[in-house]
Amino acid sequence: MRPFSYERASDVQRAVIGGRETRQGQTDAPVQFLAGGTTLIDLMKLDVLRPARVVDIKGLKAAHASIEATPQRLRLGALASMAATARHPGVLRDYPVIAESLQLAASAQLRNMATLGGNVLQRTRCPYYRDTSWAECNKRDPGSGCTALKSFNRNHAVLGVDDSCISQYPGDFAVALVALDAAVELTGPTGRRMIAFETLHRPPQGKPNVETTLMPGEVITAFEVPAGPWTRRSLYLKIRDRSSYEFALSSAAVALDLNGGAVRQARIGLGGMAYRPWRAKEAEALLVGRPLNEGNAMAAATAALAGARTHGGNDFKPELGRRTLVRALLQAAAMEA
Amino acid sequence: MSTTSPAADGPTRRRLFEAAAGLAAAPAIAQAAAPAPTVRKSGAVDVVLNVNGQDHPLTLDPRTTLLDALREHLHLTGSKKGCDQGQCGACTVHVDGERVLSCLTLAVAVQGAKVTTIEGLAGPNGAVHPMQQAFIDNDGFQCGYCTPGQIMSAVACVKEGHAGSDGEIAEYMSGNLCRCAAYPKIVAAIKQARGKMERG
Ligand SMILES: Cc1cc2nc3c(=O)[nH]c(=O)nc-3n(C[C@H](O)[C@H](O)[C@H](O)COP(=O)(O)OP(=O)(O)OC[C@H]3O[C@@H](n4cnc5c(N)ncnc54)[C@H](O)[C@@H]3O)c2cc1C
Ligand code: FES
Ligand code: FES
Repeated sequence: MRPFSYERASDVQRAVIGGRETRQGQTDAPVQFLAGGTTLIDLMKLDVLRPARVVDIKGLKAAHASIEATPQRLRLGALASMAATARHPGVLRDYPVIAESLQLAASAQLRNMATLGGNVLQRTRCPYYRDTSWAECNKRDPGSGCTALKSFNRNHAVLGVDDSCISQYPGDFAVALVALDAAVELTGPTGRRMIAFETLHRPPQGKPNVETTLMPGEVITAFEVPAGPWTRRSLYLKIRDRSSYEFALSSAAVALDLNGGAVRQARIGLGGMAYRPWRAKEAEALLVGRPLNEGNAMAAATAALAGARTHGGNDFKPELGRRTLVRALLQAAAMEA
Repeated sequence: MSTTSPAADGPTRRRLFEAAAGLAAAPAIAQAAAPAPTVRKSGAVDVVLNVNGQDHPLTLDPRTTLLDALREHLHLTGSKKGCDQGQCGACTVHVDGERVLSCLTLAVAVQGAKVTTIEGLAGPNGAVHPMQQAFIDNDGFQCGYCTPGQIMSAVACVKEGHAGSDGEIAEYMSGNLCRCAAYPKIVAAIKQARGKMERG
């Protein structure tokens, strides 16, 4: 690991000052915030992230880790741990898709350490990004190329990719957030702003090294999820190579509002498939007003994966993604909610 | 500084500095939080680590992980380095009563917290913890390399109330890999210790 200086920020103002040299997108930023450290320290050891300064923001827990559920919305402090959020009674009862996305992620130790803010900013697990002995990686070294395009790419993305990068967004929680129209609260040098969660992660657009729309110095302070009649009938289905402690090969976050057997409204997010947390609006639109049976679910899933682009090793993914979504929709329809 | 301008993608540096200046009356960050470690001019950090109930003053390179501080500086070699990447659980310790991975924790970041390692599990008279005894009774290991991490994780698993069934134990212990595959015996050990720990 390269040398860095360490400092603690006890409140958000100090974090913003300490972090103002964080560059947009953060990948090559000279200053990194340290929350749970489960992405940051890992990637610093691998020499992928090379900050000169590390600003420890765990002191923000005192003011930014609470979880509040009101009839209008769920507000999650960005410093709340994955574990605390997954076991919160209000989240479990009214937003099961969020609790499950966290509970099915990582391990008990990692969920104790990791925060929600750090979680959504976790980096891809693409082996060519994580291993610096590969010279070609546009995310690490802009303009160098993409090794995965022509190499082992079994768990690389099929949606939202271009020729600059086919890496997959690996997180689970973000898939639930994007499905439920969540917003992110950012606190930065010019004050506070709310943005739609779906705009936090950028498409590659030839610049996969710029990963997010965060401005320099901005700290994620909270997530807000609007309440809706669909959040109770919601679930997160995760398909992976082993039954625990593994990233998704494919996953679906679904939330349904049913009127008898017919769908009044649907919310769908896909994981394990895409370059960034993925919302499947075309699939949602196809379900509205129709009974939720296997045929209609498959029609929606087909629309969701219609834009898939595969690269050999991941040719199996679109079919796995369709089947995952069909199963998730049928299970959600059968829930008692 | 290079001459590339960030203006196209975000606010200019000048604007940021101006905005930040309004907040800059705050004291230097390193001294701000009460129990924050002291950063020396050299970059080394003076910290006090509370491990197994005892305070240990240390001067550390900020890069030092909690695992390396325990093993190399405090000579508590019970916590093991398996992968050093957060993937195997061999380095599991408790920080403020919660199980965490010491290989992904910076030592300087746990000043002010209470760290418990496998060396701190035994009772005051040296009697082994019920979980340690249960691992012995059930042969919950072969080579033993993963065992300190397994035991620290298992104690937390029971305290969290996640040892209700074999399936639940397997799920909540999945962050501790065992290359010798002693898994069935580890589950048996946890079930034995569960009863003893719950009776206190
Ligand atoms: C072995 C392993 C298995 C895993 N399995 C899964 C899995 O199955 N599913 C899954 O979803 N995840 C998984 N993860 C990823 C894990 O969930 C993330 O590493 C974790 O959530 C990151 O949170 P953190 O608080 O530790 O972030 P940190 O490592 O502290 O920070 C990550 C990044 O976010 C920035 N940051 C942190 N907090 C803020 C903030 N509030 N505002 C602005 N920037 C911030 C940091 O500067 C850094 O760039 C796994 C990780 C490991 C090591
Ligand atoms: S050594 Fe820490 S998880 Fe493997
Ligand atoms: S006993 Fe050998 S690794 Fe677990």
